[in-house]
Amino acid sequence: MAAEIGHLSLWLALAAALCLSVFPLIGVHRNILALQWYARPLAWVQWLALTLSMVCLGYSFYINDFSVAYVANHSNSALPLAYRLSAIWGGHEGSLLLWGWMLGGWAAMVGVLSRSVPLHMVARVLSVMGMISVGFLLFMLLTSNPFDRILPWFPLDGADLNPLLQDPGLIIHPPMLYMGYVGFSVAFAFAVAGLLAGNMDPAWARWARPWTTVAWSFLTVGIALGSWWAYYELGWGGWWFWDPVENASLLPWLAGTALIHSLAVTEKRNMFRAWTVLLAIIAFSLSLLGTFLVRSGVLTSVHAFANDPERGTFILAFLSVVAGGALTLFAFRSSALTNNKGFKPVSREAFLLGNNLILLTATFVVLVGTVAPLFFEAMDLKISIRSPYFNGFFVPLTLVLILLMVPGVFSNWKRQDGNGLLKRMALLAPAAIIAGWFAARLPEPSPWQGVLAIMLALFLVFAHMDDVVRRARAYNQGFLNGLGKLGRGYWGMVMAHCGLAVMVAGITLVSFHEVERDIRMAPGDQASIGDYAFVFDSLDSYVGPNFDSTRGHFHVTYQGEPEAVMHPEKRTYHASGQIMTEAAIDAGFWRDLYVAMGEPLEDGNAWAVRIYFKPGIRWIWLGALMMAMGGAVALSDKRYRRQRFANSEEGVSHES
Amino acid sequence: MTMILRTVFLLCLSLSAMAATDLYEFETPEQEQRFRVLLDELRCPKCQNQSLADSDAGIAQDMRVRVESMIKEGKSDEEIVDYFVSRYGDFVSYRPPVTPTTSILWLAPLLLLGSGAVVIVLLLRRASARVDDNDAADESDVNHGGDR
Amino acid sequence: MKANSPWVFLPLVGFVLLALLLASGLGRDPQELPSALVGKPVPTFSLPSLMTDETLTQDSLKGRWQLLNVWATWCPTCYVEHPFLLELAARGVAIAGLNYKDESAPARQYLAEQGNPFTHVIVDADGQLGLDLGVYGAPETFLINPDGEIVLRHAGDLNARVWQEKFAPLLEQSTQEGGA
Repeated sequence: MAAEIGHLSLWLALAAALCLSVFPLIGVHRNILALQWYARPLAWVQWLALTLSMVCLGYSFYINDFSVAYVANHSNSALPLAYRLSAIWGGHEGSLLLWGWMLGGWAAMVGVLSRSVPLHMVARVLSVMGMISVGFLLFMLLTSNPFDRILPWFPLDGADLNPLLQDPGLIIHPPMLYMGYVGFSVAFAFAVAGLLAGNMDPAWARWARPWTTVAWSFLTVGIALGSWWAYYELGWGGWWFWDPVENASLLPWLAGTALIHSLAVTEKRNMFRAWTVLLAIIAFSLSLLGTFLVRSGVLTSVHAFANDPERGTFILAFLSVVAGGALTLFAFRSSALTNNKGFKPVSREAFLLGNNLILLTATFVVLVGTVAPLFFEAMDLKISIRSPYFNGFFVPLTLVLILLMVPGVFSNWKRQDGNGLLKRMALLAPAAIIAGWFAARLPEPSPWQGVLAIMLALFLVFAHMDDVVRRARAYNQGFLNGLGKLGRGYWGMVMAHCGLAVMVAGITLVSFHEVERDIRMAPGDQASIGDYAFVFDSLDSYVGPNFDSTRGHFHVTYQGEPEAVMHPEKRTYHASGQIMTEAAIDAGFWRDLYVAMGEPLEDGNAWAVRIYFKPGIRWIWLGALMMAMGGAVALSDKRYRRQRFANSEEGVSHES
Repeated sequence: MTMILRTVFLLCLSLSAMAATDLYEFETPEQEQRFRVLLDELRCPKCQNQSLADSDAGIAQDMRVRVESMIKEGKSDEEIVDYFVSRYGDFVSYRPPVTPTTSILWLAPLLLLGSGAVVIVLLLRRASARVDDNDAADESDVNHGGDR
Repeated sequence: MKANSPWVFLPLVGFVLLALLLASGLGRDPQELPSALVGKPVPTFSLPSLMTDETLTQDSLKGRWQLLNVWATWCPTCYVEHPFLLELAARGVAIAGLNYKDESAPARQYLAEQGNPFTHVIVDADGQLGLDLGVYGAPETFLINPDGEIVLRHAGDLNARVWQEKFAPLLEQSTQEGGA
């Protein structure tokens, strides 16, 4: 019964989405306020209907209703409850529902938090979001309905959730990621609404910016969680594989990062408006492209969904309507957005242009590297593109980006005294070079690339520390008072930029100083990496809720002192018979120790064991978290709240 | 005293624990380093999303053993990659071959970067012509940390 | 309204090209690998025979059109394709077997129980010939011409459809050429 209610409310949501995409726009064009007013309630109806669908699907998982095909394929009566519920998004159909539900949620939130935005704009924005929703709901209802029944002969038990996904990290990774993907739809909707309006309100960027920042922060966390999950769950000890699915999430992130920076210019200076609009369109289109790449089966990947060319055709058609439509609109309407404000070649605007060029190039590199195999396949040339290609571009691009960030943060808008800028940097550079020189040889000497990267990371941190101090002092009210006066938006930027420095340092450390050993170990054996000694004490087995496990007991000493106890496992899942490696990780701020059991070797007792020493790997995710936190802090800036009151009076009929 | 005890203890420990042997043994650290890099840059033909280093597939194991023995025979990295490419195709190497056709992979991003830089330079010229030299810098964001 | 600069169409054009590329990829199996060995001779080898005491070399694959089928008892798909191999053998197609990374006793038993479609079976216990052939799993089937050159390689099970689509046209072509 629950499945039927869920199915029905999906159709209800579709009806609401159709109304939402049509009536408010008619209202705008005919100037009928009542129709415009309907945008908000319709967004709410749509979201409530989708929420009901989510609850129904969750309930079907909860009661183990294996007559629902999706439940039968992705759950099992022995599966722990938390994983049964997270199985809602463990497969293609359910994750689409999550996508749609979040899209509805974002639309409803835009309705609530847009008191300062004139009604005609809200109507346009929600209408555009309604159109996107229509596409997604049609996709779900026509090709991928999560509520389909297998009747009358349904299985007695389910096929179980893919063991790779039975993991706490995977409970929250997809929702975070989708919040990011879907969140960019708000920036997209604002951009398209701006193009439709033809004449953009100067406050446009202030409305769109916080939404973009939230989406970007979610996406940052989502990607970091994915990387962390791959690190401990796949058992290979890597944290980024340049797999098409990872690239699919990186594409909108890079474009979104460019968008955040160009929105800053648009908000402060009302410039680069056409460019910002274009980036907003690109960021969301790349989110959709990611969905296409993962679900259409055109590329081979680690965690692709069941491949189905029919679904691929639908998403491609949908992508073409959304991205193609928006870009056509852009081609015809964007000239109205250009304006003739000036700035000097040395100014914050100029450095942000440089930032955008680097980020756009990085986006393009990922796009080319991801889809190029398709292109060459059409010429019967089968090639593989991974880290050698991507790293070849990303390492220099990131380092140049850092070199642009420092003067960008130091500079004024419009014009900046170039000599003063050079002097400030020249004072900081020696400190970064000396500190970097020593820091880079702390564990053991690095090759020059590592030294350079550490120096640049330190340069970035020092520059921000210097900047904070200067700005706090500029108030002339004492240093601490001055610190308090600095806006949240500024603190957010400092935090996010330092996050990048931490991440770069982490990547450098782990790339140049990690140690790996593949060894044959039987209980009683000992292996060492530097001062760490890993002792394989014993082997036992136990039975989990839905798997059998062979577990190794290791203890680790550092210079003879006990350091850690580790339990890597090899699990065999009952329902699917899949064998999974559960690596044991002793996490630390400075280093991770990592033990994974490979294969049992011929002589029975011995195993192929992989041991890693990974310095600095936590910094990669710590840096990502700092970036996301920076986004959250910036979001709490006063100006977004104050604006709501300031603008509310001019609200309804404001047309600039 | 504790020092001595600990030393004795450590001694016993190291005697009781048999040292584990590496699955792949090399004469020099350089060889082992090359081995690691090669495993990362060769793709498993069976589980196509994994490198040889990451794959548990049987064929990946065979290939790892072959890489190991070729390194020990004194083959160069190029010879080893060529060996696999001639059997499994360009597909097997994560380092795409540089040919006139594939050069687009590197040229396209560089072209974008270059033309973007040219556009920015032109834009800066035009934008700077519009600034009156007597105009003050807009320090709103700078001095007040974004809090207007 | 100001005149549009043609540059504003650039993103649209870029997207259309990308969409066309993606459309071309739909329906293609990205896992399928072309063989690098097509057009090249079978690599040299000297390996035992499963059913006799002789030692087989690459010369055993010359002299006529034949298939080289890579199989093993640990490979479930091989059981599935086996009846079709028997059918082909009955139709007079010469098939050589490559027993890949397997143990000989169960392999002989397998052929005794399931029937033996092979003219001769090469034993590749440690998979080294497989590596030289670019085999990455079982079953795989190669079409080899009388000069001992590989003409076609198919990964996955051989069935009537695959035979009609990939193998039959090449064989017909060869008999026509041979007859002309």
